[in-house]
Amino acid sequence: MRGEITLPAPIAEFPWRVVIPLTLLVAFGAAVLHSAAGGSMNPYADSHLIRFGVFLFIALVMSYFPEDWAKIIAIPAYVITLVLLVAVELVGQLGGGSQRWLELGFMRLQPSELMKPGIVLIIAAFYHTLPVGMISSWRALLVPIGLIILPVGLVLLQPDLGTSLAIAFGGVVVMFLAGIPQKWFIGGGIAALILAPIAYFFGLQPYQQQRVLTFLDPASDPQGSGYHIIQSKIAIGSGGLAGKGFGEGSQSQLDYLPEPHTDFVFATMAEEWGLIGGLFVLLVFGIVLRWGLLIAREAQTRFSRLLAGGMTATIFFYVAVNLMMVMGLAPVVGIPLPFMSHGGSSMMTNMICVGALMMVERWNRRTS
Amino acid sequence: MDRKLTSNSLKETFDRRSFVIGSVQGGIGLLLAARMGYIAVAENEKYEMEAESNRVNLSLIPPRRGWILDRNGSPLASNRADFRVDIIPERLEDPDKTVELVGELLEFTDAEKADLRDRLEASAGFAAVPVSNGLDYEKFAAISVRIPELPGVIPQRGFSRFYPTGASVGHLLGYVGAPSRDEYDEEPQPLLLTPGFKLGKDGIEKQFEQRLRGEPGARRVEVTASGRIVRDLETRDDVQGEAVQLAIDGPLQDYAARRIGLESGSVVVMDCATGELLCMASMPSFDPNSFSDGIGRVEFAMLRENDRVPLRNKTLKGLYPPGSTIKPMHSMAFMHEGVSPDESIICGGGRRIGNRFFNCWSNHGRVDMAKAIYQSCDSYFYHFAQQVGFDKVADYARQFGLGQEFDLPVASQFYGTVPDPAWKLEKYGSEWQPYDTVNASIGQGYYLASPLQLAVMSARIATGRKVTPSLLKVGEHSPFASLDFRSDEISYIRQAMSDVVNGPGTAGRARLPIENVLMAGKTGTAQVVSLSVSDGKSGPWKYRDHGLFVFFAPFDNPRYAGAVVIEHGGGSGAAYPVARDVMTFLLDPQKGLDALHTLEEQWGGTAQQRLDAQYQQYATAAGVNLPPAPPPIRLAEQVDAEARAAYSAPAQETERVFAPRDEANPSADGVTT
Repeated sequence: MRGEITLPAPIAEFPWRVVIPLTLLVAFGAAVLHSAAGGSMNPYADSHLIRFGVFLFIALVMSYFPEDWAKIIAIPAYVITLVLLVAVELVGQLGGGSQRWLELGFMRLQPSELMKPGIVLIIAAFYHTLPVGMISSWRALLVPIGLIILPVGLVLLQPDLGTSLAIAFGGVVVMFLAGIPQKWFIGGGIAALILAPIAYFFGLQPYQQQRVLTFLDPASDPQGSGYHIIQSKIAIGSGGLAGKGFGEGSQSQLDYLPEPHTDFVFATMAEEWGLIGGLFVLLVFGIVLRWGLLIAREAQTRFSRLLAGGMTATIFFYVAVNLMMVMGLAPVVGIPLPFMSHGGSSMMTNMICVGALMMVERWNRRTS
Repeated sequence: MDRKLTSNSLKETFDRRSFVIGSVQGGIGLLLAARMGYIAVAENEKYEMEAESNRVNLSLIPPRRGWILDRNGSPLASNRADFRVDIIPERLEDPDKTVELVGELLEFTDAEKADLRDRLEASAGFAAVPVSNGLDYEKFAAISVRIPELPGVIPQRGFSRFYPTGASVGHLLGYVGAPSRDEYDEEPQPLLLTPGFKLGKDGIEKQFEQRLRGEPGARRVEVTASGRIVRDLETRDDVQGEAVQLAIDGPLQDYAARRIGLESGSVVVMDCATGELLCMASMPSFDPNSFSDGIGRVEFAMLRENDRVPLRNKTLKGLYPPGSTIKPMHSMAFMHEGVSPDESIICGGGRRIGNRFFNCWSNHGRVDMAKAIYQSCDSYFYHFAQQVGFDKVADYARQFGLGQEFDLPVASQFYGTVPDPAWKLEKYGSEWQPYDTVNASIGQGYYLASPLQLAVMSARIATGRKVTPSLLKVGEHSPFASLDFRSDEISYIRQAMSDVVNGPGTAGRARLPIENVLMAGKTGTAQVVSLSVSDGKSGPWKYRDHGLFVFFAPFDNPRYAGAVVIEHGGGSGAAYPVARDVMTFLLDPQKGLDALHTLEEQWGGTAQQRLDAQYQQYATAAGVNLPPAPPPIRLAEQVDAEARAAYSAPAQETERVFAPRDEANPSADGVTT
């Protein structure tokens, strides 16, 4: 594409456009984690950087997979992940309590995380196989819905509302992009409006109901579940334009901010770096998401288009829900901020999404 | 959809819809940026303040309490630096273990540990519960080094209230203590929750709370969410509370309290010119020093079980039939109502009033006003009270301060009863009878007065002016309003009252052992039960007569006036020696002290020493099997209630006629003791 400058192919084809902003963001995240650990690389910042390195390598390897491989592994990946989800449920029941991960010895595997890119892959593959004329048929609607409901139900049992919403969101966005008739979305929207209160009263655990209530009025319970939102807003608000300075955030340093290194890492950042830091983070996410969407639009095949669009949506969902939560625009659901929050599972999921996007970018280049 | 479905049209749909999704994402991005800008810039000030109030913890330093001074500027209540330990119950992790360990370190007895547990249970949770104060440095250090194992336990340096004369000023000054939950609800200020802060609970300490309190100091510290202090930011010193100077003469107060000795009674002395109260002693009493950190169960049980009610301030809340002490006042009433002092009657061991014969305590023969006073002849008062009409006499009694409340900074005072026909009709619904006049004319029947009222009456008789008592030092004072008595009338009564002591009267032994100063007075014996139950002099303590004495000195130019009441003292003979010694001390301290020291040797030590010994004895006998003490705030209320019940007028009308008692020892006893 950029034929004027001739560089060796591996360098020219290296996805600089995403790796550079991502590396900046992860480095910035490590700085924030350094501060959240009380001014130490240990235990958050160092492992954060190592994980990023490892998963970036995996993503780069992934990007060399041909399109056929991706189509072939779609179904086995989905089925295996489903089996793992059932296994988590069984292990949890045997162990006498809910749990979200499987202890594999060398790492804790959270299968619900794998399902986020997994659902995008399987639905993209499904629409790829679906004859073009059948896009308005019931089959085009019901099969993906079934594919979504199975894992979402299993994850809700754990119970993990945030992840199940993320899975559902990724799947629904792929359906939307696949071009199923608009009326179904409108109808679905109306149904959701009716079902939401029912789900609230019968579907949510009491602690989740409490979170929704607290979101609507955080001041009602300032020491209890409203505490998170209030302290997060205090952290962000007290940061001001330029922040209090690196390592100077009293909210995070003195333990007022809960989860300063995971879900509320953005508040930790905003306290010390202010609005400027916040805009930088938003800008990087904007660049990454725009990159993802452009890849989807440039993609040549229906499968690669849907895959890239769905992966972008999955990353977007993380970012949007987490930031809305820390700014008091959404209830507290346990969703970390990609590339900044400390945590292996979220880094893995997001890097798989990035890897898939880099893969599609390479396919685009080959076919053009 | 009308369009023919081809892969191309699906590509178009994808482009359109991915554009929608991109726009939504961009929109949400902008929304987030705007939201963050709003929180971080527009609301920055608000959140900065909240972050600051999170970070900075203002811990208050309890202010040093203002001193309470006597009229000469000596402290009646001061502050003593000490080491203390408090517990904040909310922060305890394992209360039982903590109490055990703290108790062990401080060498607590089982009773003390039980007290601590009670107080922890009854506390508000967030307010500090005092564990111990006045610790020596060793124990303080022992607690301090174990602090990591003892969350919620706070050792600190502070000040504790110190009353140098202890029990002598207990009732007058009250005591201080940690605020109770009720007090905090009434005045919800953070200072009240500060460990080591003490509030006035009774007496002067309570009445002048705001003035004595002072301004708390403050220590700003940076704290973590769990309350751990990271560093000190700045410290502001406290401002000590203002001093309150009382009219009380400290040494006199202490002397009077100690002079009451083993008896239960009260002494009030006031300045005739200014109305200043020089002494308001009430014994037995409690030691306010030991009350300051919450009274222990042993001590409380001891005080409560004592039938001499050491928790009641008898000068204000003890009500007694005034007995013969009101005779000079009644005489003044008679004079003003046209009875000539020379007019006399014949006392034949009593006198017929209406159709009934009423006894006098002796057979006095011919009696004029002076003799009626110094010999305390009852017949005279039966006769003239009936002649004048008791409703008129009662008006004079009120003018002289009986039945009145005074404008004093005290929690409560009882105003007693001056009976008259209207009062009886309202209270019992029945008519005033001649025997009511007879009873009232000699200060019996429904008549009730407090020692303070008796002292005021005495001062008003002595000066003929409306002397009003004052607890605060007033210094110079313009003369009080006259009560409209002629000076010859006043002189007559003064002379008659001087004769009680210095002449052929009923209190010869009350003569001051000081040359050129003659004290005037009047004895009184107040009957508690009828003659059929007890003769009033022997038998069970609580059936014995009250002994009363009102006095002023010097008799011809009165400067001091006062009253002494000895509960169940067996007659006025118990009261006037106290008055004599107190006045002696006022005029010649050394002479007074010599007399006291002799007596204290017989009694077994000073009041404080005896109280301590009694405590030791009681504690060993009772062990831990005692009910817990109530929180300090209840203490005063409870005492009030008991006192009121004990001293209200009888619920039923009484038709009993009081058989007058001997006015003890007339001059026959000799004048020279």
